[in-house]
Amino acid sequence: MSIDILLVVTIVFTAIITVLQRSLLKGAIGLALTSALLTIQLFRFSSPLAAVFELSICAGLITVVFISTISLAEPLSYQDLSKKLKGRYKKYLTLPVLLVALIALILLIPNDVLTSTLMLKSTAATTTTGGNSDVRNILWNQQGMDILGQIVIMLTGVFGVVLLFKERKNDE
Amino acid sequence: MALLLLFIPFLILIVINLPWRVSVSARIALGLVLAYCALQMVVVPILPVSFWQTPLNLPLSIGMDSLQIDWLSRLMLFCIPLVAICSLLTGVQYSKDLKNKFYFKNLILLAVIGMNGVVLARNLFSIYVFIEITSVASFILIASHREKGALEGSFKYLILSAIATMLMLTSIAFFLLTSDNTQFSTITTAIQTAQATGTNSGLLMEAALLLFIIGLLIKGGLFPFHWWLPDAYSSAPSEVSVLLAGIVTKVCGVYTLLRVMRDVPVLHPSINQGVLWVGLISIIVGALLAMRQKEFKRMLAYSSLSQVGYIIIGLASGTPIGYVGAALHLFNHTIFKTQLFINAATVEKSTGTGILDEMGGLSKRMPITGVTSLISFLSAAGIPPLAGFWSKLLIIVALFSTGYNVAAIIALLAGILTLGYFLIMQKKAFFGLLNEKWKDVKESGAAGLVCTIALSAITILVGLFLPYFLYTYFI
Repeated sequence: MSIDILLVVTIVFTAIITVLQRSLLKGAIGLALTSALLTIQLFRFSSPLAAVFELSICAGLITVVFISTISLAEPLSYQDLSKKLKGRYKKYLTLPVLLVALIALILLIPNDVLTSTLMLKSTAATTTTGGNSDVRNILWNQQGMDILGQIVIMLTGVFGVVLLFKERKNDE
Repeated sequence: MALLLLFIPFLILIVINLPWRVSVSARIALGLVLAYCALQMVVVPILPVSFWQTPLNLPLSIGMDSLQIDWLSRLMLFCIPLVAICSLLTGVQYSKDLKNKFYFKNLILLAVIGMNGVVLARNLFSIYVFIEITSVASFILIASHREKGALEGSFKYLILSAIATMLMLTSIAFFLLTSDNTQFSTITTAIQTAQATGTNSGLLMEAALLLFIIGLLIKGGLFPFHWWLPDAYSSAPSEVSVLLAGIVTKVCGVYTLLRVMRDVPVLHPSINQGVLWVGLISIIVGALLAMRQKEFKRMLAYSSLSQVGYIIIGLASGTPIGYVGAALHLFNHTIFKTQLFINAATVEKSTGTGILDEMGGLSKRMPITGVTSLISFLSAAGIPPLAGFWSKLLIIVALFSTGYNVAAIIALLAGILTLGYFLIMQKKAFFGLLNEKWKDVKESGAAGLVCTIALSAITILVGLFLPYFLYTYFI
């Protein structure tokens, strides 16, 4: 349990550092690191398939796509960068307040509710996510329409990239 | 057979993206998308529910059990392609860039697939997936012209939508902790069992449902999550505003709220009361803010906030009359808001401005736009015998019948505010002396006129023949 808490705290910490990064490249690497830590957490939750998907897609593929896109973008000039960074940290003043409020909210949940909630599906998790046939059954027979939905979302993303970025070349 | 409403547009998407010549592909895209939308509009209300429930004998079993059609789905499946056609024809009229037009049609079709999926699904996770399709298509459409205001509007919508997504996924995770899947029937049974046995999981599931409802309030642009709405509506290209205001927020937020609160009828009474107050505050805040607006589209955006509040209070009354009133007002709002945004687009393109104070007397040069705008606003204000009167009447009657007298009186009085801001809009834009600057403006083109006249005709016919429509489609 203590390793899980440590992992969660580290994931949140790396996520915050990633968001606060000035450099897009460092942000993309931070995202990969956060995904890698999440993968470890998923393995600890006995969800190897979810962990593999998280590692290969979020930490792997998405990081590659981000870094490729960043390499195509032009960096800001020194003057533009200085203007953008002026007073930057004032925007994050509410963040510690929000974090404290969230922690207080979690601590307000009665102990018996929290433990009984966490115990609810823990036995089920080990049996339903361990075997490939259960995941295939869930994906193809129970949530089959979602596969179509996810294909359509990816197509939508492709059209978005083509529409929003293709014209930049023509403008130049 | 309901699956055809997802497969056929998907196949059309593949066909229009085959390597045709650029000039040909735009026409093929327009023709096929318009034909499909017209077909869906005509076929879905005509064919019986049993036809749509017949399973398709596909080699792969792909979770068809979660697709269902009822009277509410059929109503939305009529509205979705209707607004898509209006948006397409507005785009054809006003957008000149061929390549942009082509991608616009693709994105409209993708949004239609997403919205069809939302109204057909009876599973929270599937609903979430299809809401995301519609949302992603909307972000891209809003930002498609890459103007600064549009990018800002799209970004605000994206961020709020991401928060809604997080809430919805958290609630789905809680449901999966306590039940086997996220089907409405499974969730209802699980909550009822937990409430009967008095276990903590009942409290958790109600909290999860509340989180999902908050996510839907964000998607629907309801108070207090409405602040992305005016920026997105006013800064988006005109044809996108028509789609967004006419149907996207209605399906992703309001319809889904109607569906969830009806099909999972195990809400704690305090959540129902909370939804009622959210609706009332939306009505008042939307109306008061609309009166202060100087820009045509921003006024319409705040008006949407106010009118959707009526739908929510009808739903929160918890009675069949209230539910039917809410569904009818959802339909009416789709029709009159689409029409008003088409007219706003016409006025903006003809005059080059969206500021109401700079317009004046436009009905002398644009009589059809002026008259159809008048019909829409009278329907929105609930003036008989137009369609909007009946839906508001049903909602008010439902509130009085359940003892929510204060809410009913507030909703009635807010109708005066609705009349107020629409009169301001109509007076500044269309009535009065013609501003000399606009003596050469022309009426909308044929495509826009067809849409606006058809929508006015629907408003008048539904108002006059409502008992027939009620008994055929609602009862």
